[in-house]
Amino acid sequence: MSRAGRAFGQRARRNEDYDLLTGRAQFIDDITLPDTLHVAFVRSDLAHARINSIDTTEARKMPGVVAVYTAADLGDYWAPGPLLVPPPPVKRLEFFERTQVPLAKDKVVYAGEPYAAVVATSRYLAEDAAALVYLDADPLDAVIDLEAALAAGSPRVHEDLASNVAAKVTQFKGDYGSIEQSADLRITQRFVYDRGTAAAIENRGILAHFDPKAQKLLVWDTTQAPIPIRGGLARMLGLAVSQVHVIAPNIGGGFGPKIMMFYPEEVVVPWISKQLGRPVKWIEDRHENFYATTQERGQIHDAELAISKDGRIVGVKDVFLHDNGAHNPYGLTVPINSQCTLIGPYDIPHYHSEFTAVFTNRVTVTPYRGAGRQHGVFVMERLLDIAAKKLKIDPVEIRRRNYIPPEDFPKAQEVIYQDFAELVYDSGNYLPALEKALVHIDYERFRKEQQPQALAEGRHLGIGVVSYIEGTGIGPYEGARVCIEPGGKISIATGIGTQGQGHYTAFAQVVAEILGADIKDIHVVTGDTREFHWGSGTFASRGAVVAGNACHAAALKVREKAATLAATLLESSPDQLEFCDGVVRVAGSADKKISLGDLAAQANPLRGAVKPGTEPGLEATAYFGPDRGATASGVHAIVLEVDVETMMVAIKRYVVVHDCGRVINPLIVEGQIQGGVAQGIGNAFYEQLHVDENGQLLNASLMDFLLPTACDVPTVISDHVETPSPLTPLGVKGAGEAGTIPVGALYAQALEDALRPIAPDLTICEIPLSPNRLFELVYGDEKTSPGRENA
Amino acid sequence: MKPAPFKYFRPESLDEALALLAKHGDEAKVLAGGQSLIPAMNFRLAQPAILIDINRLSALSFIEEKRGQMHIGALTRHSMVERHPLVAQKAPLLAETMPNIAHVQIRNRGTFGGSIAHADPAAELPAAMTVRGARICLRSTRGERWVDAPQFFVGLLTTAMEPDELLTEVAFDELPKKTGWCFVEVARRHGDYALLGVAATVRLGMMGKVKDARICFVSAGETPALATNAQDALNGQAPSAELAKAAAQIAAAQDIDPPSDIHASARFRRHLATKLTERALNTAFARARGETR
Ligand SMILES: Cc1cc2nc3c(=O)[nH]c(=O)nc-3n(C[C@H](O)[C@H](O)[C@H](O)COP(=O)(O)OP(=O)(O)OC[C@H]3O[C@@H](n4cnc5c(N)ncnc54)[C@H](O)[C@@H]3O)c2cc1C
Repeated sequence: MSRAGRAFGQRARRNEDYDLLTGRAQFIDDITLPDTLHVAFVRSDLAHARINSIDTTEARKMPGVVAVYTAADLGDYWAPGPLLVPPPPVKRLEFFERTQVPLAKDKVVYAGEPYAAVVATSRYLAEDAAALVYLDADPLDAVIDLEAALAAGSPRVHEDLASNVAAKVTQFKGDYGSIEQSADLRITQRFVYDRGTAAAIENRGILAHFDPKAQKLLVWDTTQAPIPIRGGLARMLGLAVSQVHVIAPNIGGGFGPKIMMFYPEEVVVPWISKQLGRPVKWIEDRHENFYATTQERGQIHDAELAISKDGRIVGVKDVFLHDNGAHNPYGLTVPINSQCTLIGPYDIPHYHSEFTAVFTNRVTVTPYRGAGRQHGVFVMERLLDIAAKKLKIDPVEIRRRNYIPPEDFPKAQEVIYQDFAELVYDSGNYLPALEKALVHIDYERFRKEQQPQALAEGRHLGIGVVSYIEGTGIGPYEGARVCIEPGGKISIATGIGTQGQGHYTAFAQVVAEILGADIKDIHVVTGDTREFHWGSGTFASRGAVVAGNACHAAALKVREKAATLAATLLESSPDQLEFCDGVVRVAGSADKKISLGDLAAQANPLRGAVKPGTEPGLEATAYFGPDRGATASGVHAIVLEVDVETMMVAIKRYVVVHDCGRVINPLIVEGQIQGGVAQGIGNAFYEQLHVDENGQLLNASLMDFLLPTACDVPTVISDHVETPSPLTPLGVKGAGEAGTIPVGALYAQALEDALRPIAPDLTICEIPLSPNRLFELVYGDEKTSPGRENA
Repeated sequence: MKPAPFKYFRPESLDEALALLAKHGDEAKVLAGGQSLIPAMNFRLAQPAILIDINRLSALSFIEEKRGQMHIGALTRHSMVERHPLVAQKAPLLAETMPNIAHVQIRNRGTFGGSIAHADPAAELPAAMTVRGARICLRSTRGERWVDAPQFFVGLLTTAMEPDELLTEVAFDELPKKTGWCFVEVARRHGDYALLGVAATVRLGMMGKVKDARICFVSAGETPALATNAQDALNGQAPSAELAKAAAQIAAAQDIDPPSDIHASARFRRHLATKLTERALNTAFARARGETR
């Protein structure tokens, strides 16, 4: 590690792991309050239907039932949710906003949409009663297929709109039209990326307690963004923000869907608590999670690559459809990410990209780890692979030829990114990561020896090497408060929520570096609005970048305060002082020192006076807001083996070389990568939401929605390249999504390579894959070539 | 995912259990390991009014050998069967089958009888037991009867059991001499129900020719039916790789009617049946000849 400090850059074990791994950490369902009521939401079986009436009479009579609510009961409180992210300032953009509602009123627009809430003394009784809420509705044809949705005469998800178009956006760089005709080679191809769901280990949950005597609302919520939830709830419920306290305790995985605001349950459960003056709990069950939590991924791309004979990209054109699901509270975030990330680490002089976001009768799409980036990477990487094959260039070499050279940074890409700023890569150096990855995967030897030897034994090995970039660390801002306590402990409070990222350790390392403390003495609080109430949330790989730099800034302020006071007490000057091992000492005179705890006590005296112009305590708050995001990058490489008789795939070796600028803690980055790769593998080869033409999900359980397990995910060999970001004092970039983004592209390339001896013309243009799908791709489907497998 | 209300009985003896079944059989379900029943209840796909929990009937948990026959009690946990030396010695096909059933945690709870009674065509044990010509013992207050596996498995999740009957044990021949065996399956992930599986035993007779070949499939139809056409093609022939291949093709083409679902098309299942049967037969041939174990 080039610039590792005492704490910063160290492979420190995580402060939070003891509690997490021994089952001591507090999650929402661990919290029990006396007299708590439980809610079961009644969800539509139909994907698209007009509601005539909802009969709750029988349900109300059931034992233990306290109340049953429908949209009609919500009165003025019923309102569509906010548009979280309005469209960015792109010219000639069309956008139609339709956001989710608390409970369906006139129509249901996706299977699983809640239309009633049953409140009872236990969840069991609530579910018994929920079975007796009757929905009288006329089924409507469901809008499922993206292309059919846009055909004239298609049923409409939102009938007040002229069509199912949710948005149309065109962005470009250079002038693709001007080079289109003259390129040596043009490759056109359709790519399809289907949906999955994040399937966090902890489902969502809310416990709301409105105390009528205190007139205060306390909400525990599995949200990635407690502060916006607090502000929104106060506004909706007509309360002052100071009357609302939101806590996001430990959360078992966020991955993006836990920052959808507001979920129907988040609106309804606190309202019920206010109505009834009792604590009210709703814990999403695994089955509900397939309907009640947002999803991501569905896109269809028609892409074209213009390339020179020697394998240099001249331009790319991409026209794609994006499945929005039933609502678009997240505006254009996901498709804009796809659009911008497609460019990747490559020098693409001419780029034309247009997309149409489409409303469908499916669960709403919001960002899920990768958040549209995988699609862009898949398209670009596949185009390069196809070109490499046509031009007879090694797939690794074609990437080398097209990387943006290090001297070109910062690199303006002329398109607007999800943070509304022009996409400018702050820094990057792509070749070293590729070369490192090739060494780890032993590329040359694989091609020359391992692959041919294996084939001679009838074994089919394949190799893949792909690149990607990851836009990270976007604004607007985060804040942190750092305080040295008289006992010598240091506390950090920040507004973002934590879902397993290791914030309690990473932020401690940032502060420990400045204050010379042991990270074990640093206590981090995240996601409690009473502890810190400015900020937006944990998303878009921004925690370490934005909140991390805020911690850094606050620690510097505290250090300055501490140094001023210590200089007086030690009869020295601030610039003579060293902070280390929990003490402040005068450089060169070992006995002139004071512990941080004693210093904090002195800063908060019982007698005497705190002088005008100074503040008590060693505490400071600071904020950090970057102008734009920092662009991380990396390379994934894989060797896998396909049993060509059964189409089962085994991973032999998996390498990730990642560049997220300066690394706060390599262990945490590697953990993020390992987990991200697991999710990427799931996305590439296991997880698929099978929906029929009526919008019915056919595999709403973990029995049939296949998450890869420990047996299916290899230990990733990770390595780092550090190209610091010039945008932030710490030079860090985000790493949260790096593990997932390129895995689909990687699988496609490696599987083609492995299958080449039996299917030389195979081009894989879709994700997810499966053994069954590989079989169809190799042998054709029933109609086109029955019986070919036996030939 | 909470079950609908139900009444719960936990009999302490077999007689008590049979009496409860006689009284409530129509609206009751037996609860054994609960690894299939409880998920179905939590999804409210099954809403039995009464549960009769047989987990106290420890007399139904045993593995014995009597006069060349293996007897396994209905309440014997999968994990016990998996690790039992008698099974390894006398019923190597079963020993090879067990690790394919679900995950360790589920095998610690799930029971032998539960798996047979549940009659899931994607489950391993019905196929492995059909291949071994197992007989299934059913008890009620009316008495006891033994039913042969092919008559027991009558359809998808459907058996010849009457509502008042309890499955108490399963008996089957120990593997004869000069008999090879193989269980092989393909599942998406370790522990998943198989996309397709094959259980096979091959007994060699005089001159080393196939005397008694038996093949049965997992996930290839509504019941675990024997592949009679393929068996006929094998019997009387000298074992060889060509024979294995030919028989596998017959089995896949004529003996099964595999379903299409989200995980595999019928055609892919037939393809897997061909490849896995070929592998299974080759392994069984080699084991029958004593070349490998
Ligand atoms: C995640 C998961 C994966 C699994 N994967 C597999 C797999 O790969 N292969 C596989 O074979 N199984 C698998 N199973 C099922 C598991 O093996 C079950 O244990 C088995 O199918 C049923 O056994 P049980 O004792 O749990 O029965 P229960 O769930 O208790 O009962 C199942 C049914 O049988 C009836 N029943 C049970 N015992 C008797 C009896 N003695 N007499 C009469 N009726 C009875 C019950 O009334 C019920 O209808 C899996 C289960 C899970 C949860």
